[in-house]
Amino acid sequence: MTASLASGAKLSRGGSHAAESPGVGARPASFAPSTSLIELDHVGRTFGSGKEKVRAVDNVSLTISEGDILCLVGESGCGKTTTGRIAAGLLKPTEGRVLFQGSDIWSMDRKEFKRYRRAVQIIHQDPYASLNPAHTVYKVLSAPLLRHNLVGNYAEARLKCMELLEIVDLTPPGDFLDKYPHQLSGGQRQRVSVARALTVNPSFIVADEAVSMIDVSIRASLLSMLSRLREQFGVTFLFITHDLALAKHFAWEHTIAVMYVGSIVEIAPTPELIDHPLHPYTQALLAAIPEADPRLTRSKPRVALRSMDVPSLLNLPSGCRFHPRCPQFIEGLCDQEAPELVSVGNGRYVACYRVSQV
Amino acid sequence: MSKREQSLLSWTEGPEADVPLSVRDLWVEYQAQRGAVKAVRGASFDLYKGESLSLTGESGSGKTTLALSLIRLLPKSAHIRGGQIIYRRDGREYDVLTLEEGDLRQFRWKECAMVFQSALNAFNPVLKIWDQMYDTVKAHDYTDREKVRKQALELLELVQLESERVIDSYPHELSGGMRQRVLLAMSLLLNPQVIILDEPTTALDILTQRTIIELLKELKKKLGFSMIFISHDLSLAAELADRVATMYAGRIVEIGNVYDVFYHPRHPYTLGLIKAVPTVTGGFQELVSIPGSPPDLIDLPPGCAFHPRCPYADERCKQEEAELTAVTRGHLVACFHWERVQNDLGQEWQLRDQ
Repeated sequence: MTASLASGAKLSRGGSHAAESPGVGARPASFAPSTSLIELDHVGRTFGSGKEKVRAVDNVSLTISEGDILCLVGESGCGKTTTGRIAAGLLKPTEGRVLFQGSDIWSMDRKEFKRYRRAVQIIHQDPYASLNPAHTVYKVLSAPLLRHNLVGNYAEARLKCMELLEIVDLTPPGDFLDKYPHQLSGGQRQRVSVARALTVNPSFIVADEAVSMIDVSIRASLLSMLSRLREQFGVTFLFITHDLALAKHFAWEHTIAVMYVGSIVEIAPTPELIDHPLHPYTQALLAAIPEADPRLTRSKPRVALRSMDVPSLLNLPSGCRFHPRCPQFIEGLCDQEAPELVSVGNGRYVACYRVSQV
Repeated sequence: MSKREQSLLSWTEGPEADVPLSVRDLWVEYQAQRGAVKAVRGASFDLYKGESLSLTGESGSGKTTLALSLIRLLPKSAHIRGGQIIYRRDGREYDVLTLEEGDLRQFRWKECAMVFQSALNAFNPVLKIWDQMYDTVKAHDYTDREKVRKQALELLELVQLESERVIDSYPHELSGGMRQRVLLAMSLLLNPQVIILDEPTTALDILTQRTIIELLKELKKKLGFSMIFISHDLSLAAELADRVATMYAGRIVEIGNVYDVFYHPRHPYTLGLIKAVPTVTGGFQELVSIPGSPPDLIDLPPGCAFHPRCPYADERCKQEEAELTAVTRGHLVACFHWERVQNDLGQEWQLRDQ
């Protein structure tokens, strides 16, 4: 486990001076080891213009090594989906760079960009919406195969589709190939979306709340299928979810990054994040989550927040974005300048003055 | 008296006065082109005074239909095929299913209020909170504006809102958590004995969820109403419920004290659900998933609706459906094999999953 943590996500946030400040081990993402598959380098994204500017993602840097899992956790509206779309190349960041195997995807030439596109796939949240209702499973799966000349003819495409369906446990595949999405259950549909993502042999999959809409009773089998993809094919995952329990389960030997209102507040190996959260927001979040265990959930210590209001993206608080709610707020410091995400050792990164200065 | 009727009657423990609501053998169907969707099939339960009862189950298990039929707010395509919903207050009792339109209107809100799932859609967007509250009260023949306003302000304070500001706001000016709290305050306006909450925290952020949960606990303690809440989320049931009822394919398959249901589940489906949900605290847990998918409610499997997914199923399960029977005091389970479930506590699940 420790080995995979050592090669885990390395990152920094907030400009090059993070690396220059003494005693701080964080290095700018650009110095990360070459095994990194995908890198977000001080990425930001602003939507809208003029007065109605919404800063959805602000100065986010993440590095995901090959074969690793990074879980991005945060509440609705915190920018995790936008970050995922930027990583998948579906959205151009307004600041910063996205590096795939070391090269900037937005300055790639056509051929290179196409290669990147094929290497990166996204699994969407809602399998009801992400599959064309008028296309059979075969058509859904064969389209990318034929488009990218991954198969020579239709017979080959059919065989390849059968193979893919078997990988996602839709067996016997012959039963599913000619079905329409409406003939499948939610779990089966999501498996088809996964199979579609696998058609082009991707090395990186962005799973955006991929199991959130699936009934709890069948979630576990979908999660273990996704883990198997990583083990068998070395697929790297950016797993986006609002459910910390799910993130913990999926990325137990990997890394979790916690996002709050557009920026990353803490990154740590999963067991450490769960046992000893450092950022006050992570602490509040962990204490607030109800658990499916009556004695445990009723005896959890509570964290009292100073305010219940989530700041609006149109009117962000000065300094640390969590300061209006933070129980450990330091006046004259937290409300002045936003803390940088800095390394605190053991592969952990925190953006909080309380942690970095004490 | 048939065996079935006896077992139904023997449920109520203690005086009936402590049971504001009893549902007996309720059947609800929806009419669809392909046939009848059997959404609720013979549900029976009691709601005790001052308790919170959680209806838990996956989507399509009939929990919302069951809750809507309690106040007869079902859509037109639904038909109640049979059963009784007995409501009691101050020594009087009546069957909600036989109420006339006018009485029904009084029953709703004044006796039994409902808080709907999406807090935004539950409001009229062009009316201020005060106007909506006054409208509600007016429909129930209270017309003393000053008195109503005072009470509305008190209730808004009770749900921890800045009452003076919120009462003159439009719904869009409030955040999701605030709207949920306003809805709660509104549901309490006429001091109902029973409150039904449909997924009260689902659309909210985790930190907001927490405040709503704490608020519900506090209000229940202060005002002493009984509460039924619908949730697909087991953790909410663990947090908030005194008793839990698990539903599967329109039937209540297990009902009991929250600790009994979570720590000593006797129905294979409840057990499977509990094993499928990870907790945040603690080490890594193996998760188990229930094979197959929920059944088609138009074309249910014969016998127990869960048998195609159940590792304990045998020939009998394919032909007969078990009745809810008491396994310990107040803990009822509808499964022939509950003793086997008790003995191996889900080892069967692991075996199947390998």
